Amino acid sequence: MSLKIRKNIPLIDQHDKNFMYGGKFGGNFIPETLKKPIDDLTKLFEKLRRDKKFLKDRDNYFNNFVGAPTPFIKLENLSDHLGGAQIYAKVVSEANGGAHKIYNATVHCLIAKKAGKKYVVGDTGAGYAGKMLSMAAKKFSLKCKIFMGAKDIKRQRPNVEAMRKNGAEIVPVTTGSQTLVDAVSECMRYWVSNCDTTHMCVGSTVGPNIFIKICAWSTAQISRELIKQVKEEFGKIPEKLKLINCVGGGSSAAGFWNEFMDTNAQFIGVEAGGPRNSKLHAAPLTNGSKIGILHGAAQYVIQDSEGQIGSTESISAGLDYPGISPLHCFLKDTKRARYTSASDEEALKAYQLVSKLENISPSLEPSHAFAEAIKLAPKLSSSEIIIVNSCGDSLKDKDIIKQKLGSYVR
Amino acid sequence: MKSKISEAFNNCKKENRPALITYTVAGDDTKNNSLKILNTISKHADILELGFAHNTPIADGGQIQGSSYRALKNGIKLKDVFQIVKSFKKKYPNKPIILMGYFNLIYQVGENNFLNNCKSSGVDGLIIVDLPYPENKNFANKCKKKSINFIQLLSPTTSKDRMEKIIKDSHDMIYYISMLSTTGGKLKVSPKKILQNYNKIKRLNPKKNLVIGFGITNKTIKSLKSADGLVVGSMLCKTITNSLKMRQNPVTKLDKVVYNLKKQII
Repeated sequence: MSLKIRKNIPLIDQHDKNFMYGGKFGGNFIPETLKKPIDDLTKLFEKLRRDKKFLKDRDNYFNNFVGAPTPFIKLENLSDHLGGAQIYAKVVSEANGGAHKIYNATVHCLIAKKAGKKYVVGDTGAGYAGKMLSMAAKKFSLKCKIFMGAKDIKRQRPNVEAMRKNGAEIVPVTTGSQTLVDAVSECMRYWVSNCDTTHMCVGSTVGPNIFIKICAWSTAQISRELIKQVKEEFGKIPEKLKLINCVGGGSSAAGFWNEFMDTNAQFIGVEAGGPRNSKLHAAPLTNGSKIGILHGAAQYVIQDSEGQIGSTESISAGLDYPGISPLHCFLKDTKRARYTSASDEEALKAYQLVSKLENISPSLEPSHAFAEAIKLAPKLSSSEIIIVNSCGDSLKDKDIIKQKLGSYVR
Repeated sequence: MKSKISEAFNNCKKENRPALITYTVAGDDTKNNSLKILNTISKHADILELGFAHNTPIADGGQIQGSSYRALKNGIKLKDVFQIVKSFKKKYPNKPIILMGYFNLIYQVGENNFLNNCKSSGVDGLIIVDLPYPENKNFANKCKKKSINFIQLLSPTTSKDRMEKIIKDSHDMIYYISMLSTTGGKLKVSPKKILQNYNKIKRLNPKKNLVIGFGITNKTIKSLKSADGLVVGSMLCKTITNSLKMRQNPVTKLDKVVYNLKKQII
């Protein structure tokens, strides 16, 4: 039986009674202790998302704290340089804090307040999820603790400094590969021990089902803005439209595509291919990984034949994750989205080219998406439109870029 | 026919004491040593839990993570775990063994395949940390058909309504998690409070064997001895860690530690 996406139903709600998408992705593979907190949170969120006052609050914070809408711009120079498709960018990095993670963080803090929790904890890879959670926590007067891999703390210094400034406690995670995957595990373990007083924010569309839902529901703001901007620019949704987004956990892509689900727009997700010739990629969808269970959800995940989770390597800390959102597994198997990968080198080149030609300077995560746009555009006619989600700013990657390219230009 | 797990509890009840249940990780610190450890501590312990290591555990504290890491580093595979059980059972066919771990390893090898291996090597029960009720119904039934105990977990966050359903679906043993914690946390609830909760659950169905785990050490075990069974895990993993650091033999060290634990509850 082939999987199908149902029309007019939000993607996050297309699961069965066991919270599985397409009968095989997602679910709640969690310890008994977390059953009740997750159940409570599920009920609270279902109530809040139908509550007009809560939605008004959310929109208020999105408009005045996050800064909605973020710009939608044409990349004239890049389009001319490549010849072919017209390339646009949704500059989500203009949101307060510099990335899409602010939407999820803000909503989580609003929910934590409603739940009467005083503490909020979260994981982070590139440091954006942590930085935004610390910003939102400060705004809402919540105490904040961030779990971050020791390797990531070293390579994402600017975001670490920002978190400290916001008063968050950063807990270095030294187990395993010392990256995002271990930070998420450690954060969940902390929540198991403190779920009575503490609200947990999972930084992407991964983890037990409710966290996938809250995150994708929050980042959907990106496409709510974009669909309006697109209609204003073109008078309608263009016939031939490609929406290109990087995917690690998959939160920005889920939000970038959400409102276009029932349109003809093509979705292309770009995973982290890792260093050229490396086998330690972070691209479970592109490279045909098997379904497994990671952080409470069934998904395509990099693992060995026994089920031990595999290590990954990527220049981009935000994409350096062995799993992928069950939502994207579902989009892949229903063929609604297409997934490919870009190598570290391709991402660096894309960062360089875009930063040189345009007024924006994408971080290494969206540079993966730009790499695909740069590959595709020359092969397409000028009537075709490509929009790239520029969901992060290169400033946080200054150190890595300097080390790899010798200099940093923004 | 009664399960070996039931028999173990009955024997302890006759002696008017709780069952001592140990947890060690298969392959910690080597395949051979972990088998030797089982052989040695089975003199004192009534039921043996054996962990099959996973590298992304979401409910284990530092000590058990350390043991799992050592086992995986030494190349432990699922087939080795079954081999260890088989060798142990050859010597001690009546001592119950419970495998404990995360669902992904079962998912990858296939539920039926996994259970067949359990059966042929002599596994008596299973604890799957991340397969809660009611998602575990199907798998628990498969276990029952093979006469393998599927051990349900209850925690301080489990509602009474849910407890009743879980207990109704349980087999010969139920595991009560003493507090909100990963394994090996410091006991942050008083033993008195834990026993209060314990007795509440026990009243729902007095016939079920209900054991307490998480945070139990030589310092706390005595105060909880009115339970049907007590699980000690992280303390044993820590003993292995420490004896390796001091270049001592973990097998003889564990023998002493488990002997002393037993002494406190008889």
